Amino acid sequence: MDGARTLRSDLSIPVVELEHVGVAYGRQWALRDVTARFSPGAVGLLGPNGAGKSTMIKSLLGFVKPSQGTLRVLGMNVAERPLEIRARIGYMPENDAHIPGMNAVSFVAYCAELSGLERDDAMQRAHEVLYYVGLGEARYRNVETYSTGMKQRIKLAQALVHDPDLLFLDEPTNGMDPKGRDEMLELIRDLAQEKGMNLILSSHLLPDVEFTCDRVVVIDKGQVAAEGPIVDLKGPRGRVYELRVKGDSERLAAVLRERGLDCHAMTDEDLMRVFVPETATAQLLFQIAAQERIQVRHLRPSVPTLEDVFAKAVGEG
Amino acid sequence: MPIHDQGYRRFKGTRARHGAAWLVIAGTAIRSMLRKRKFAALLLLAWAPFLVRAIQVYATTNWPQLASFAPTAATFRDFLEQQNAFVFFVTIYAGAGLIANDRRANALQIYLSRPLTRLEYVAGKAAVLIAFLLLVTWLPGLLLLAVQIVLAGSFEFAARNLFLFPAITVFSFLQVSVATLAMLALSSLSKSSRFVAVMYAGIILFTFTLQQMFWLMTRSSVTSLISPTASLNQVGDVIFRTPPRYDVSWLWSLATVCLVLVVSALVLQRRVRGVEVVT
Repeated sequence: MDGARTLRSDLSIPVVELEHVGVAYGRQWALRDVTARFSPGAVGLLGPNGAGKSTMIKSLLGFVKPSQGTLRVLGMNVAERPLEIRARIGYMPENDAHIPGMNAVSFVAYCAELSGLERDDAMQRAHEVLYYVGLGEARYRNVETYSTGMKQRIKLAQALVHDPDLLFLDEPTNGMDPKGRDEMLELIRDLAQEKGMNLILSSHLLPDVEFTCDRVVVIDKGQVAAEGPIVDLKGPRGRVYELRVKGDSERLAAVLRERGLDCHAMTDEDLMRVFVPETATAQLLFQIAAQERIQVRHLRPSVPTLEDVFAKAVGEG
Repeated sequence: MPIHDQGYRRFKGTRARHGAAWLVIAGTAIRSMLRKRKFAALLLLAWAPFLVRAIQVYATTNWPQLASFAPTAATFRDFLEQQNAFVFFVTIYAGAGLIANDRRANALQIYLSRPLTRLEYVAGKAAVLIAFLLLVTWLPGLLLLAVQIVLAGSFEFAARNLFLFPAITVFSFLQVSVATLAMLALSSLSKSSRFVAVMYAGIILFTFTLQQMFWLMTRSSVTSLISPTASLNQVGDVIFRTPPRYDVSWLWSLATVCLVLVVSALVLQRRVRGVEVVT
């Protein structure tokens, strides 16, 4: 416990460290020579589906043995001290997971006992944690009758019940409705910011990570594409503009990229976000549009978002 | 306010050392099984042969005219062989879902993200079956021996058959180990406990029927090696110093039994993982 608090207070000591880690499934490399450090606090593990996020977490838990490299969690080598590590971490899996035939309080207490808590302590913690995650009223119901949102909460409860020093949350808002998602994110943020819990949140949902985490590690195709504090990654290395044009926006986007400007489409099809380097101004966008005989209908300076960082890191156009 | 209670607090109590989690797994599963009335009834029914044998012992020790029915070493061998039927049903009832249900509910990643090894997980699950199966084999077998000694009022029978205590123990544990490991291995192969139950029953009954058919056709004792049950019976005969029922060497029968144990252990080693890797 004390170790965790020390870690939390000293940002220079990483809670998780990967050194040249490679994980292969047969001939397919899921992680390639990954070197990364996760600082104390809330760190987002971002990446598109299939990027290697879950593989990284499963390697850290010892489920998957890396073909090369070293993994350290809370200062301990995963290959050498897996049980000590697992006693101090909590894991919320991505998929629906529970112990069959149990009600919520029995399930969570059972998980606590498996982590070494005495039966009385386990039961007491189970009640407390279930209230904390908002399942207090439903704690005597069989877990198999729970809705998707409730199942996500119970997974968080079982990950928390033994009071871990580090939480691994794998896609914690999967399948939740907007209200449930907001509540889950509030819980995660509360854990990280108010309760001083170290956590690694794996997600492909940028707003989730942006809402809950201070730092981020972006991984793509099994490699680290970017890492650091979100504020720094979003920092002023240029300006971002929202651009809407009349005409062939795809052609314009291609030309902008040819001219070295990062440019990606928004969910609104007409709208694109363009990074303009510090050395240039918005005038450049007008010039390029004019050269291509495309009319600019809307140009507005914007605040960089994590989506921009992500798109830049994984090279999405 | 989305958070219903902000009262999360750090845990300051004590934690058990690593290595005891299998007891938690076994204890919880045993309590859960005993709450099922049908299973409790099956366990009670499994003691019926013990009662019959106890009455036999009582009658032969009290009425000399029934001396021809007096228990011998073979009586204990027969008793344990009769219990095979209950071993079969208890194994299916208590064992089919032990790992299959966890696989269905993705519980393995919950277990293995805790401070316990795969071996501890399997040990916890195995302990459930071992406990119930010893309850219907080893315990009544030893109690029957104790009843014989108490009702006869002398240690004469026990002294003449000193090998019975180790024989009952060794054979019961062998019988229970084979049933437990085979069932756990099958349970780890599927997510459906019903399918596992059918598979187990199918393998036991099919191999036994096949062995009987081949034996009728060829009259060769080698066919006994097809069936783990027949091989176990052959080894049992040797343990209880009764004439082996097949001509084949008991060492081959023991090798068959060991093969079942090794294959089951390998299957478990491969299938009990926190993550299913498909390459």
